[in-house]
Formats: sequence, structure tokens, C-alpha cells
Amino acid sequence: MNDHSPISTGCANSPVLKQRGQREVFCGLTGIIWLHRKMQDAFFLVVGSRTCAHLLQSAAGVMIFAEPRFGTAILEEKDLAGLADAHTELDREVARLLSRRPDIKQLFLVGSCPSEVIKLDLARAAERMTQEYAPNVRVLNFSGSGIETTFTQGEDACLASMVPVLPKTDERELLLVGALPDVVEDQAVSLLTEMGVGPIRTLPASRAADQYGIGENTVFALLQPFLGDTHAELERRGARHIPAPFPFGEQGTTAWLRAIALEFGVDEETFERVTAAPRARARKAIDAQAKELRGKSIFFFPDSQLEVPLARFLTTECGMTPLEIGTPYLHAGLVGPDLALIPEGPTISEGQDVDLQLDRAREARADITVCGLGLANPLEAEGLTTKWAIELVFTPVHFYEQAGDLAGLFSRPIRRREVLDL
Amino acid sequence: MKLTVWTYEGPTHVGAMRVATAMKGLHYVLHAPQGDTYADLLFTMIERRNHRPPVTYTTFQARDLGSDTAHLFKDACQDAYDRFQPEAIIVGASCTAELIQDDPAGLAETMGLNVPVIPLELPSYSRKENFGADETFYQIVKALAKPCERTSRISCNILGGTALGFRHRDDIQEITALLYELGIDVNVCAPLDATPSDIARMGAAHFNVLLYPETGEAAARWCERSFEQPYTKTVPMGVGATRDFIAEVCQICGIEPNVDESRLRLPWWSKSVDSTYLTGKRVFIFGDGTHVKAAARVAKDEMGFEVVGVGCYNREFARDIRALAKDIGVEALISDDYLEVEQTIEALQPEMILGTQMERHIGKRLGIPCAVISAPVHVQDFPARYSPVMGFEGANVLFDTWIHPLVMGLEEHLLHMFRDDFEFHDEAGPSHHDGHAPKPIDRPAEGPVAAAVQEGTGVAVWLADAERELKKIPFFVRGKSKRNTEKYALDQGMTEISVDTLYEAKAHYAR
Repeated sequence: MNDHSPISTGCANSPVLKQRGQREVFCGLTGIIWLHRKMQDAFFLVVGSRTCAHLLQSAAGVMIFAEPRFGTAILEEKDLAGLADAHTELDREVARLLSRRPDIKQLFLVGSCPSEVIKLDLARAAERMTQEYAPNVRVLNFSGSGIETTFTQGEDACLASMVPVLPKTDERELLLVGALPDVVEDQAVSLLTEMGVGPIRTLPASRAADQYGIGENTVFALLQPFLGDTHAELERRGARHIPAPFPFGEQGTTAWLRAIALEFGVDEETFERVTAAPRARARKAIDAQAKELRGKSIFFFPDSQLEVPLARFLTTECGMTPLEIGTPYLHAGLVGPDLALIPEGPTISEGQDVDLQLDRAREARADITVCGLGLANPLEAEGLTTKWAIELVFTPVHFYEQAGDLAGLFSRPIRRREVLDL
Repeated sequence: MKLTVWTYEGPTHVGAMRVATAMKGLHYVLHAPQGDTYADLLFTMIERRNHRPPVTYTTFQARDLGSDTAHLFKDACQDAYDRFQPEAIIVGASCTAELIQDDPAGLAETMGLNVPVIPLELPSYSRKENFGADETFYQIVKALAKPCERTSRISCNILGGTALGFRHRDDIQEITALLYELGIDVNVCAPLDATPSDIARMGAAHFNVLLYPETGEAAARWCERSFEQPYTKTVPMGVGATRDFIAEVCQICGIEPNVDESRLRLPWWSKSVDSTYLTGKRVFIFGDGTHVKAAARVAKDEMGFEVVGVGCYNREFARDIRALAKDIGVEALISDDYLEVEQTIEALQPEMILGTQMERHIGKRLGIPCAVISAPVHVQDFPARYSPVMGFEGANVLFDTWIHPLVMGLEEHLLHMFRDDFEFHDEAGPSHHDGHAPKPIDRPAEGPVAAAVQEGTGVAVWLADAERELKKIPFFVRGKSKRNTEKYALDQGMTEISVDTLYEAKAHYAR
């Protein structure tokens, strides 16, 4: 550390453009699509309207035909008439569901906009059902409504609802928080295990029976940036957060691992031994995929809260210049380490007034614009190159082995624009 | 409450979006929470539109609930007006906004906007998407269409085409060309591609062509009452229906039918010897009422299939479908529960399904060929190529589409001849299924070992010989043979099924 120049805080102190108006985003119900894949004995029962069912159908695409473990109890006119009746109706639907699916160990009653506006008390319903179905099924409740949550916040609300019911322990354990594809989670666990870090737990676990405790000696690291409420709930239980940049790309993954290694007193030699080979692999893969990205500009519409860490990866590892980084919510406490690594310059925006933001995007004409599927084709038709954002949530993109794939997701649209001669 | 995984129809406001997106110069201000914008991607992705649907959402959030949401609505409405300068605005509420006390119609009225503002009442807890589209189009026509002088040449309006409609784009092109041949102009085609000022001059047409009753009938009836415009009752899908449609139009207009049928190929294709094997193929038909009705006639009269079941998911057409089922002598299935549809298909064991995207997946699971005839459909059914299902070219398209999933005559013959050949063995499956790649043939072990096939109690046991024989039956009829044989054995009080039982059952059930 012989560099005496002032430490750059990057974008950490940049002013944030906050706008409100029409938001072109998904609601939290969408989180169910990937959460139910991860939690193999959980069922997600949305209490909502036909719109909610239609949204899940549109978001789940072809998955809907594979006997998924989620569904919507659609409110009908008679449910709106009186509250007592709605609870009886819900009890009947749940009883029918659980008798048909005895493999279900966790049932989530998921609140929606309609159920919240009519003030249907799903928390009470969950308590009542937990008693009724104990010990076989645990019933929890969270809100995935659009009036409360944006897209990935649904996962946050779900995980936060699980924290208070975890048993208490005094063990010193590491908890990895955030639902990742199994292949990615296994890589993370194996790297940490090789360094001698452990025992390692994950939230969510793949089965309800994989229970563990939580307490003052628990330390936790976040795998995803959108877990603000879960973070708060864990701290309420006495667990301590290990702040770090998020594990995207070679540098992000290394920084994330290093923060944990420091916490667990892993010596530098061990750290090098474990990470050297995968780091080299990741750098090589990124170099191969990021050729088209160097020197290019990028504009992020808000979607998943992954925007800041991804902008960090694309800036520091792929040589891109962000023009605007939009995010539905900015948890400065969680994405602070990533913000600090992004050189000053881009507009940081929180929330959205979509027409005004579209005006800015048209003005900026970035080389690549990251946005939702509702905007992507219209912007392509206007001559902009786009990358649709949802894929970044469904595709394995974290940690070393996926670093090249992650860069590839952004370079492919640019490459395609170059190859097409139409 | 009703537990649902798959829905055939979206909520009512999606129907309104289909009308708004179909039109030009119209804007929809929708009082809705954050997240309801998901519906935009149905239009930008499934239908691959190159612009955003003309819909502004108020995007209220939890903290706005209270007095604030009315204000939000007015702001959104004003912003939409200023930015998009539409010729007319429709306003309405999504399911959540229906529960809070704001009144979009009243609020919009007080704003004094310089264009017509049309309020929509779309009950989202009792009605669905098609109703939403039909009602929205009706309200637009009622508000904007004015009596006007008839055009000097004979002209008509084409009603019902919407965004996200199954093949609407090409159907309208095909029928427009057909009308042109008859010497009839199209005055206005609506909602698809119409502007509010086009709607205003709908009264100039001599009559209306109602292509899609699901989404255009209320407007057609209103025009009949208000402008004395008769509307066509025949949907021109299939050869016979198209000819009937032409006759109906000519009768309305008092002209002679004079249409060139030279490019109509379905009749000859269907008569040619390779189609002989289609005779009596057992089909199950499900979808929206209009397409099911039309498809049943094509299947029966123009393909020579046997229709073993019909049904629809939109209750508005329950009466029509029940009448149709009675005519054919089958049960009608009126249901929006795909599990019920699946059960019916399993029980009927048809050789082919004509249905929606959902039936395509049911067919895949049960190993039954399927062709799509109705919405809801996925992105592959908004094709780049010209593919109407109406008119004469539509008939050609229907023949090809329905036949491709089936094993054709020559292929079926080859399957019989080279049953054990590695390419043609009967587990290869129809070519549109994933399991198409030839699999190695499992030969049962030699020797008179009793087979282990025993499903449930009270079912006779298949002897090894009989089971081997069963496997020689082509896969697409094997399910039926197995079921029939077991039923026959049960009726006869047999406990074992031998080769003889198999053939006795075959003779018993022979057509």
C-alpha cells in the first residue's frame, strides 16, 4: 500500500436521482418462479386475482406445464363480500392442496395487491394453519404484492419471513444468504470449505428439514444485493453481516471471498492456493467474452437491484462505461462496496418515471441498454441494442466459473448486431 | 376462491389492452399497481410488436393508498395526454384499483381534456379477457361512431380483430381480398389498425363482417341497432364455411357470388389417396367457442375425422358448444380448468387433439399428436410467414397444420412393414415430439414368463405373449387397444389376457 493518493470513493457519494411515476417493473410475485425451484418441499400459494395468476403464467413460461409447486387462489366476487368467509374459503383450498400434495413441508401464503387492499390477514391465517398442520407442514406468510415489492424483493420478503422462526444457537457458523442455482452454490461452498471456513449454512436451504440455528455468533454474507429486509431480520437475531462487493466476475468473487476469509482468519497463502487457479480461469474466460465490450457504454433501466454490482463488474473487469445505473431501490449499506469501485460519472437513479427515463436513454444512445422485456423490442426497433434484464436473475452468473458466461450475456447482443446484415 | 395454475384467459383489463394496442391514436390510462405492466410483454414478446402498448399505468404503491391515488390517476392521465396527444382516451381500473374507491371515469371527466374520454367498467372478479376486449370495443364504438351517409360502392366493416389475436393479422388480409373479389370495399377494419376517427365513420358501411364474435359481437349488435347494419353470422373458417360466408354476404348485398376457387387446394388434398388413412381418426377439439365450432365442421366434413369430443373455455359460448356437441352426438366440455380437459382427453384417448397451447402440452405428455387452433398461444403461433386460418388460403393452411403431426398414409404403411426396423420401429414416435430419435427396441426376455403389467385391482393380467403382441400394434392406437382389451376381459370376467383375448376384443370393437 505505497499509493498515497486519496482513496477514491467512486460513486459511493454520488447524488441519487429519485423519480416516481409509471414503473415498468415486475412485482415481487415473480420471485416465486425461481424460489420454488430452490426450495424443493415448499409450495407458494398466492392469494390474489386472475391478474396474479396471469402474471405468474407469463413469467413462468414453459415451466407452468411441469407441475410447478406454486399456484394462485383466485379471489372471486363472493370472497370480497365479507372477511370471515374469505378465511373459510382459504382454509378449504389449503386443506385440499395439502391432502393432494403430501410432499409439501413448507407452505407460503403469499400476499398480493388485492389481498392487501381488502386487508385479508394472511399472517393470522399462517399462524392458525401452522398450528393445525404441525408438525408436518410449516405455514409462513409474506407479501409479493406490487404495492409493496419490486421483482426480486419478493425473494427478500420470503427469506425475511423465514428468519424469525429459525431456532436459536450459539454456534459460530457462516450463513450464505440468497437463492442461487445449486451448481453455483456448490462452487461457493467448496471454495470456502477448502480454505477451512465452516460450518456453512444456506438460506434458503433446499429442504425444510435442513434446519439450523441462528444467534449472536452467526456471521452471514449476502449472495444477492436485494436482501435488505432479510439483512435487517438477521441482525435483529444478533447475526453479523460481512460487507463485501457482490461475487460477480473475477474481482467481485475474490473480494467477496476475501472478506469472509478475513473474518475466519484464513492466511494469505491458503487463500492464494485455493483461488489462484479459478481466478486465472475466470480472467481468461472474461477476456474471451468481453472483447466486444471494451470501450462501450451501457445504460441500466431499473429491474432487479443487481444493476449496481453488474455495472461494477462491467466497468472494472470488462472496460465499459456506465451512463446511467437505474435500480428500483438503492440499499447504500449493501451495494456501497460496489458503488465505491465504480468511477464517478454515471447517473445513479432510484425508482422510475419510465417515460422520462426513456427520454434519457434515447438521448444517451448507449451501446447497450439493459431493460425489461416490455421495453426491449420497442427500443431495438428504435435502433438501440438491448439486453433483457430478467435473464440475469435466472441464469447462473455468480462466482468464478460463471464469470465468462456473465460477460457473454452482454457481448452477445452486440455481436449479433454486428453479424446481422439486414 | 379457486386454486389455479394455468388460466386460459387473462383478466378483463388485458382484453382492454388488446383493443387499445390493436388501434392507433388511442391511449389507455389504467389505474393499476406497480407490476401490472407485466402485460406489456405479451405484446412486445409474444406478438413481437416493435412499440410499447399505448397504455399508461398509474403505478400506485402501498404508501399512496389513502387520498393520494386519485391524484396519481389525474396526473398520469394528464401526462399521457400531453405526451402522446391521442385522438381519444379510454380509462379504467385493474383488479386492485377496482377495490379502492377512486372512480377513473369521474376523475377523467372533471379534467376537461380536449379529446373524448371513454370510461370502462370491467368487472375483474367475475369476467375475463375476452369479455374485456368485447366490452371495450363496444364502448369505443358506442362513444365514437356517428351516423353517416352510406358509401356509394358496397362496403363493409371487418369487426373483432385485436392485438394478441390468433392469426388475426392474416385472416383479415385474406378476407379483405375475398371481399374485394366480390366487389366489396372494406370501409373500416376495427379494432385492429383503426384510429378513433376511423371508428367515427363506421356508419358509412353497408354491413359488418364479424370475424371474431368473442371480441366484436357487442359492437356488431350495437351497429345493427343504431345504423341498421346487418352483420354476418358465419365465420369463414374451412371450405364449407367460407362458401356459406360468401353466400351470406352476397345475399346481404344482393349480388351474385363470383369467386375464383383455383387456389383452394384442401378439397383435392383431402380426396387424394394418401389421405384415406385420415378417415375416422378420432379427434378431440378444445379452444375458444368460435374456433372450436369452425374446426369441428372442418374436421368432420372436410377431413373425414371422427369428432369424439368438443369443448370451450369461454362460458360466453357455452350454449353454442352444447348445441354443437348435441348435433355431433358427443359430450360438451365447458371448463376453464385444464386438469378437467386433461382428464377428458385421457378418458377419450383420441388419436389427435385440436386445441390451445395447453392442449399441446397435454398432448405431449400423453403422446397424442396435437395442432393448435385457438388462443391462448405462444410465440411460435405468431409466425412471420403468411398463415391465415380463414378463407381459401386459410383452408390450405388448416390442412397442412392438422396433418403434419399425424403419421401420413405412406408413413403409416411403412411403420407396419418395417415394424422392427431401427428407423421405423413403433417407439420412434411422431416426428414433432422430442422423443423422435429412434430408441433401441426392448425385446422381452424369451420364455413363457407371465407379464407384470397389472394396473390396479380388478384388471386382468397380461400374459407375456399377449403383451408382445400388443407391442406390435402401432403406438398411436395401442393405448386404445389396451384399454379396449382390458375392458373386454373385465366384461367377460377373465383374469388373464392372452393373444386370443386381444384379437377377440379387436373383433368385438371393430368398427
